[in-house]
Amino acid sequence: MDNAADFIAIRGLSKIFGEGSTGEVVALKNVNGTIRAGDFVSVVGPSGCGKSTLLRILAGLIDASSGNVSMGGQAIHGTRRDIGVVFQNSILLPWRTIIDNVMLPAEVLGLERKAARHRAYDLLAMVGLAGFEDKLPSQLSGGMQQRASIARALLHDPRILLMDEPFGALDAMTREQMNLELQRIWSESGKTIVLITHSIPEAVFLGNMVFVMTPRPGRLERTVAIELPRPRTMASMADPEFVARAQEIRALFNAAGALH
Amino acid sequence: MTDIQGTRMAIGAIDGGKARPVRCALSPKVYSVLLLVAFLSLWEGAIRLLDVPQFLIPSVGDVAVALWRGLATSPLARDGFWLHSAVTLAEIILGYIAGCSFGLALGVAISQTPGLEAVLRPYVVAFQSVPKVAVAPIIVLWLGFGLVSKVAIVALITFFPVLITSLAGFNAIDLERIELLRSLSATRWQIFTKVKFPSALPYIFAGLDMAAAFAVVGAIVGEFVGAQSGLGVLLLQLDSAMDIGGSFAVLIVLSLMGIAFSFLIRAVQLRVLYWMPSEDTQRSINL
Repeated sequence: MDNAADFIAIRGLSKIFGEGSTGEVVALKNVNGTIRAGDFVSVVGPSGCGKSTLLRILAGLIDASSGNVSMGGQAIHGTRRDIGVVFQNSILLPWRTIIDNVMLPAEVLGLERKAARHRAYDLLAMVGLAGFEDKLPSQLSGGMQQRASIARALLHDPRILLMDEPFGALDAMTREQMNLELQRIWSESGKTIVLITHSIPEAVFLGNMVFVMTPRPGRLERTVAIELPRPRTMASMADPEFVARAQEIRALFNAAGALH
Repeated sequence: MTDIQGTRMAIGAIDGGKARPVRCALSPKVYSVLLLVAFLSLWEGAIRLLDVPQFLIPSVGDVAVALWRGLATSPLARDGFWLHSAVTLAEIILGYIAGCSFGLALGVAISQTPGLEAVLRPYVVAFQSVPKVAVAPIIVLWLGFGLVSKVAIVALITFFPVLITSLAGFNAIDLERIELLRSLSATRWQIFTKVKFPSALPYIFAGLDMAAAFAVVGAIVGEFVGAQSGLGVLLLQLDSAMDIGGSFAVLIVLSLMGIAFSFLIRAVQLRVLYWMPSEDTQRSINL
């Protein structure tokens, strides 16, 4: 039953691509999950486990084949204004300055310009890009571009932030840095974040819940609660609890034959 | 500091840092000018040595004289260059603006209307295959010997490259960017104005570049077919009067006009596509 605390409820979600044809792919099979308001949920799994498909259904970009997703009691039908999406590539429009890129949601959604611009400046400062507002994306490093795309995803103050392997294209050190930044942004903004990753340490570090997904067919194998204290640091990764959770998740993948 | 200055400084340093102006590498522009001088000298020398008849190949001096004569006459004189240049320039500019506008507008309309492209494609290909210069006599027949027929020919010849490249640009879908806009609940029109159109600009400019070159050809060929004035007409008159030096002078004026026009388009392109690395803006797109 959906109660008030259930913010996102996923019930019996399935997605089949190319249904009925010979190339039919069962991307998701009977996924059930609950995400509470303010949660940080990491979705971790190898390629083909359907995690990107799940995110796209949550974002309203594709429809489910069966089952349903509801947010705050309302069923999802297409894209919503209370969701922000961060993709693996920053997808900053190269002909716009950083500030104009961050303002994109305000233009599309018809938000009040002055207030939005003010907010854009604040968000850029929050993600550590103060002073880069008038630069072009080509003048920023990959990590900085991705931070700008996070600011953009937050401009219209969505309740939920969906992130599809946002740090996948970055080098390992920048990635660690970005994990700390994201944790800070989450604690400062109090939003609900669903982050897709194929890194088990990243999933355990960031999330207070980890959705473990296995492939063929894509399904939610287990939900693992992470009860490490916040704020977590790089040192937290040596904590026995951290190691135990990571091992537990890895064991799930091994059992499902997902890792070699 | 440019590479040239750097090289000079380096060699100056090897020389013991003496304050001597070191001339090692010259700018490429200087070499280009030297090449021209060498070419002209060779030309003049060959003409004199081989005693080439005047009516076949003019000497450099003759061309220079004809160029001077043409430019020195009053702007309204019919045997001067100014009147005819103005007419040809007007034909080029008016035809270019008309043709490119129609090409772009139709490109937008077709790309925004699903299914329309498939229906129109065979006709576009068919019309494109007809050499526009072959259509010129018919257009002159319909629209007369005045400015209008030439403008129409230039419009026709510039229309196609802009249509084709703008369609290519709108069709070169960047799925990521569209998905980004979709995630923000953008309308189709918003997706077009905020992503598709700016993304297509490099392609559109490739078409505008091509059209600029075609425009000059179109104007001259139109004038060859039927006109009262213009550089093409002047060319024919000078040819029939066996004034080959004069013809060469007209060709020089024409090429300068073409260069200036092309330069203008490129300058606009650099300004509009400020966000692209400069090598990319100059790259032409093969269709």
